[in-house]
Amino acid sequence: MDAITHKQSFWSKYLFSTDHKVIGMQYAIMGIIMAGVGGFLAYVFRYNLAFPGKSIPLFGHLDAMHYNAFVTCHGMIMVFWVGMPVLLSSLGNLLIPLMIGTDDMAFPTVNMMSFWIFFLSAVVLISSFFVPGGAFGGGWTMYPPFSAGGYVNHNPDFFKALFSGTSLMILAVALELVAMLMGGINFLVTTINKRAKGMTPFRIPIVVWFINIASVIFMFSVGPLVAGAFMLLFDNILGTGFYDPARGGDPMLWEHLFWFFGHPEVYVLLLPALGVLAEVLPVFARKPLFAYKPIIYLALVSAVLSVLVWAHHQFVAGIDPRMATFFSIGTILISIPFAGIFLSFMATLWGGSIKFSVPMLWVLGFVGLFLIGGLTGLFLGSNTFDIYAHDTYFVVTHFHYTLFPDIFFGFFAAVYFWFPKFTGKELNKGLGKLHFWLTFFAFNGTWFLLFFNGLAGQHRRINDYSDFSLVMKEPYITFEKVATISAIILILTQFIFLYNLFISLVKAKKGIRNPWDAATLEWVADSPPPHGNFQTYPEVFHGPYEYSVPGEKMDYIPQNVQGKNDNNNITHNNYEHETAASLVTDK
Amino acid sequence: MSTKQQHLSLPINKVPEGRLGIWILISGELVIFGGLIACYLQYRLRYPQWSEMAAHTSTLIGALNTVVLLCSSFTIVKAHEAAQRKDIAKILTWMTCTIAGGLIFLVDKSIEYTREIGEGFTFTSPHLQQTGDHIGSLFWSFYYIMTGLHGTHVLVGMIAMIIIMFQVRKGKNLHRVELAGMYWHMVDLIWIFLFPLLYIAK
Repeated sequence: MDAITHKQSFWSKYLFSTDHKVIGMQYAIMGIIMAGVGGFLAYVFRYNLAFPGKSIPLFGHLDAMHYNAFVTCHGMIMVFWVGMPVLLSSLGNLLIPLMIGTDDMAFPTVNMMSFWIFFLSAVVLISSFFVPGGAFGGGWTMYPPFSAGGYVNHNPDFFKALFSGTSLMILAVALELVAMLMGGINFLVTTINKRAKGMTPFRIPIVVWFINIASVIFMFSVGPLVAGAFMLLFDNILGTGFYDPARGGDPMLWEHLFWFFGHPEVYVLLLPALGVLAEVLPVFARKPLFAYKPIIYLALVSAVLSVLVWAHHQFVAGIDPRMATFFSIGTILISIPFAGIFLSFMATLWGGSIKFSVPMLWVLGFVGLFLIGGLTGLFLGSNTFDIYAHDTYFVVTHFHYTLFPDIFFGFFAAVYFWFPKFTGKELNKGLGKLHFWLTFFAFNGTWFLLFFNGLAGQHRRINDYSDFSLVMKEPYITFEKVATISAIILILTQFIFLYNLFISLVKAKKGIRNPWDAATLEWVADSPPPHGNFQTYPEVFHGPYEYSVPGEKMDYIPQNVQGKNDNNNITHNNYEHETAASLVTDK
Repeated sequence: MSTKQQHLSLPINKVPEGRLGIWILISGELVIFGGLIACYLQYRLRYPQWSEMAAHTSTLIGALNTVVLLCSSFTIVKAHEAAQRKDIAKILTWMTCTIAGGLIFLVDKSIEYTREIGEGFTFTSPHLQQTGDHIGSLFWSFYYIMTGLHGTHVLVGMIAMIIIMFQVRKGKNLHRVELAGMYWHMVDLIWIFLFPLLYIAK
């Protein structure tokens, strides 16, 4: 039971580890690998869009069927195998136990199983590229009938249908959801039960709050989709008719089940990244986070609203106009809590002594880009405009302006910020800044002009516009080429990041404990934290963002240091009354 | 753990970790079944002719299974009570009764499935589709997916209880009896919803 000194073999230390930090790293590395796969797919089909019919370097010729499969899998991979693991699982695992001041997750074994189920799901997804017929190509939303006719239309054979791209995709998503559910249970129980002494609910850092709120949204919205995925799978492999209108089923049912999960999923991805912003901003503005409690309340409001807006993805699918109005209003309403959160972040900067360190650059880049994504979301939330823009590049550009800053800027901010904590070494600052600026400009080069392509009517699912001269004319052809070249630069830029990781791990000096003078609990532990995290469990005396407190010697007070204004007597009461007897049976 | 202050590693709240985890698991499971039941209700309201199909299910076997599950919930409560008294022999007896209840449920279910499949009502019901009654065949798809998913949960619960019984026999993890009980009550509760929807509403 001695957590710090016990010996572990290579297998139990790095592969089948139950240590939350190793599992968090595994998720992050897996996410980076899958981002490589998703990025390569994006490169291939972007090249095809700008130079249709040309042979693609490193790939060859891309036909229409593979184009569809690549676009579909790019979307799937980036949302489920990059966004979810790096933002929710990786950050949640790495940060929650350290930030609340405990040794590990509540259920370490469940945690390890969660990662390996996730790994299996990635293997199943990748294998779907190599089965006869190739990977699923009906769009990442998997709408029937594209996704439901495997048995009836193409492969009237159970095993062929089971090992088709469609079925494997459904299975992979189902496994991934199970892994994330297991992780979510762990996050919630750990945060509720294992907090350090004095860590009252309103002393928990925002990122831990947001990861938990995201877990709750995820768990609440994913259930119907799990049921729906079974039905879709059986439509495929057994030939049932749940979604087949010719046999009494209804394809709209899938759209509702999918988006009842799919829209809250956006907030599941957004909230952890916003949490990273809330951690980084006060540190580099040397100011307390503005409106700590209201930010939490606003996030809770957005969590409630997030499950009430899903049908705004279905405005052209033939839903009742009265229902469309309801969902339009809901969609526009949900911008209010997020505007509140972003304004609080801006107010944190107000009057601060801002340091433009590398994590801060990513955070500010996030805010700027997400503003564009969020505002175009307001246009699309109104059903009258959405009917015009639906399925065009305007929509695609909108969600890349939200999800790219969210997943990548959020993740990079976190990596540059917490890398010293988890390795004891600092990332190279010059390379970090180069990485940021190139990514920032290449991303805008890739996407900004495509807003105009979308408004001109370019549809998202057409692989070759050579024969559509009315839509695809100058300047839109040039815009396509600019976008593709920028996308290639964007992908190549990421090698700077990988090089930076490598060179810093090999060369940088070890032993940095708290390079940013941050006040939250994870900086109290050693860098890297040993198995078991803390030498002695910290006691918490105040909230997480005590910067530039008047009358104090230092410009920040770590959470485990008692400030002049702190009085902890009231908070002790709850912890002392556990009876030993109940713990023997219960723990 | 010697250098650490022991009392801080204890749970802060009154709810122990395992119980909290199971509560969250149950809430996740309920949303899965809730989604499935919501889908079923949508179609049920749209197709009144499903009542003819529901007439082919055996209310008697369904009712028998309801009673069996309710009784097995009672026995797992007795097992939990024994766990609080740390009476290992009694725990094992009552848990065996519960597993037997699950077994009876599954045997009943198999008899029922056999009968229905014999009449041609399968997952896809080809004979209904050949006569053009696609809507009727959809009822059976729902019937099998709902009872099948529930039956899987019964089976998983039984396996979990067998594992827990082996631990209890060694005097370990007595608190897990309660966790198994909570899960078993959930399985019971879901059946209470499925029974009227699939068997009684004709």
